Amino acid sequence: MSKYIVKRVAFGLVTLLALATITFFMMRMIPGTPFAGEMRQISPTIREKLIAEYDLDKPIPAQYIKYLKNALTGDFGTSLNRKGTKVTDIIATGLPYTASLGLVAFCVAMAVGITLGTVAAFSKNRWINNAVALIATIGVSVPSFLIALLMMLFLGVKLGWLPLIGLSGWKNFIMPSLALALGPIAMITRLVKSGLQEELKQDYITLAKSKGTKPVIVVVRHALKNAMLPIITYAGPLLATLVTGSFVVETMFTIPGIGSEFVKSVGNRDYTLIMALTILYGAFIIIANIVTDLISAAVDPRVRLK
Amino acid sequence: MDKIIDVEKLSVTFPTEQGRVQAVRDVSFHVNEGEILGIVGESGSGKSVSMYSLMGLLPGTAEISCERMEFEGKDINVCHFPDGKEYAAVMEGIRGNRMAMIFQDPMTFLNPTMKIGRQICEPILNHTGLSKEEARNKALELMAMVGIPSPETRIDQYPFEFSGGMRQRIIIAIALANQPRLIIADEPTTALDVTIQAQVLELIKYVKDTMNSSVILITHDLGVVASLCDRINIMYGGKIVETGTDREIFYEPNHPYTKGLLSCICNPEEDDRELTPIPGSPPDLLMPPAGCPFVDRCGEAMKICKLRMPEAETLSPTHRSMCWLNEWKKRQEK
Repeated sequence: MSKYIVKRVAFGLVTLLALATITFFMMRMIPGTPFAGEMRQISPTIREKLIAEYDLDKPIPAQYIKYLKNALTGDFGTSLNRKGTKVTDIIATGLPYTASLGLVAFCVAMAVGITLGTVAAFSKNRWINNAVALIATIGVSVPSFLIALLMMLFLGVKLGWLPLIGLSGWKNFIMPSLALALGPIAMITRLVKSGLQEELKQDYITLAKSKGTKPVIVVVRHALKNAMLPIITYAGPLLATLVTGSFVVETMFTIPGIGSEFVKSVGNRDYTLIMALTILYGAFIIIANIVTDLISAAVDPRVRLK
Repeated sequence: MDKIIDVEKLSVTFPTEQGRVQAVRDVSFHVNEGEILGIVGESGSGKSVSMYSLMGLLPGTAEISCERMEFEGKDINVCHFPDGKEYAAVMEGIRGNRMAMIFQDPMTFLNPTMKIGRQICEPILNHTGLSKEEARNKALELMAMVGIPSPETRIDQYPFEFSGGMRQRIIIAIALANQPRLIIADEPTTALDVTIQAQVLELIKYVKDTMNSSVILITHDLGVVASLCDRINIMYGGKIVETGTDREIFYEPNHPYTKGLLSCICNPEEDDRELTPIPGSPPDLLMPPAGCPFVDRCGEAMKICKLRMPEAETLSPTHRSMCWLNEWKKRQEK
């Protein structure tokens, strides 16, 4: 078990290195420079001085090796756009907003998705089933910014129930977390519904009933656990995606998180910030996958960790 | 001899999109205390469906009509329970306790993510006041009884760690957990290797004798029932076409379908005899024929066979057969 984790972590580090390398060289291949926006304002001398300061005048492989050396010591450099600010500080300020919002969205998605899916799986009422199917379809097909806009318009502007911007109190969490959670809710609802219906058709359910076990207990004791297996596989990467943020939702609700930071940094060619955020995202996804596999193995004995 | 189960005029219909499938049509049978009743028929002849209806395990869509269904003298006829909850409560008390079922496919009938021990303990904890500890000890005894080596280590393993034959033994152990009075074995050997089949049948016979239970053995293989059963019902097209003791079925078969089944059995002592398959296929139970269901495949069919279903002809106190030939022979003798 511990051997397996060490192996997975080592493999994850190799993946991160590859990710960093590819990102580094691809960023340099894109036309444009970090100082494009300031070209007119600053004199050529200052620009050259800036370029030299960030080592941008050196050959790209040399820059790459220097970057890796610094990164290994934990130094991810300073932002090219906000002079003097360390990228690690930018992330440290933004991540708490993004992660707390993502975590809330994740919990909402799981709780609502599993409830709706279970209700849909057992309900013989046509209206309930249609309503759940409608929610699932809307969640999959309507983009989150549209949902966010509609909520802002009605709940925020017209009714004035919920604050529109920032992330200062619990009320601020409601709209952005719903906007983030709606897609995952639809997905989880479908997974739970089809998973439960599939499991309830299995032969082992018949055997459990033949033991004289009550139908409710048959569902809880036998069907639920097996139906949850596909949810676990979906939930791990989902959590990683949600806590690393969404540009659209963060921008619309003016949340100073790292999701909006990432997109801005690409536009600004803020090489150091792009690199740091890419590595952070990569690390989140890799950790989420390892944890997902560990949980799957704990729940399903047929999964062997090798 | 007391009847442990007594069923009269049981019919089961499944409404489907294509129409109504009449899986079991007007079937009556009983099992005496301590005997093994074999039910033989092809796939789709209604054997399993009639047994599932005894256990109350049919899906909610099934339409059941029945005149009498008594188990140990107790009414378990679903038609006599206007309240579904009351029926469910009665059956939950009986299932896995007084009446238990051994299922067909050992690969799919065990919960893949639950330890074997918990699966065996479940019926014990459902029906007795035993503690978890005591139930576990009982499970160990049961595993030893059905011939699982080193039960102490095996009890904490999962189904995927067992071979097919061992899983079938686990399924048998689950069925036997509370020493049921009636064991329904639904093709218990179909999914097993030939070498394991004999062992499992031996085991069923052994536990039946030690627990003094009664057994209904469902199979499509007459060879299987020959060695085990006291009486045999032959089912075809949702009906019991012939019933008799094992001697009567094997030595004086009356129904042409029974005769056809017997000529399909391979007998190594008569190596000069050829195996004769029954031509054609079973009737479509969406539109069962008005007459005898076997008419299209029967070599001796007459005009009347197509038009009307024959009444059961009593050949001996234990032997009855549904065939117009009996009527015809009687008239010839007159």
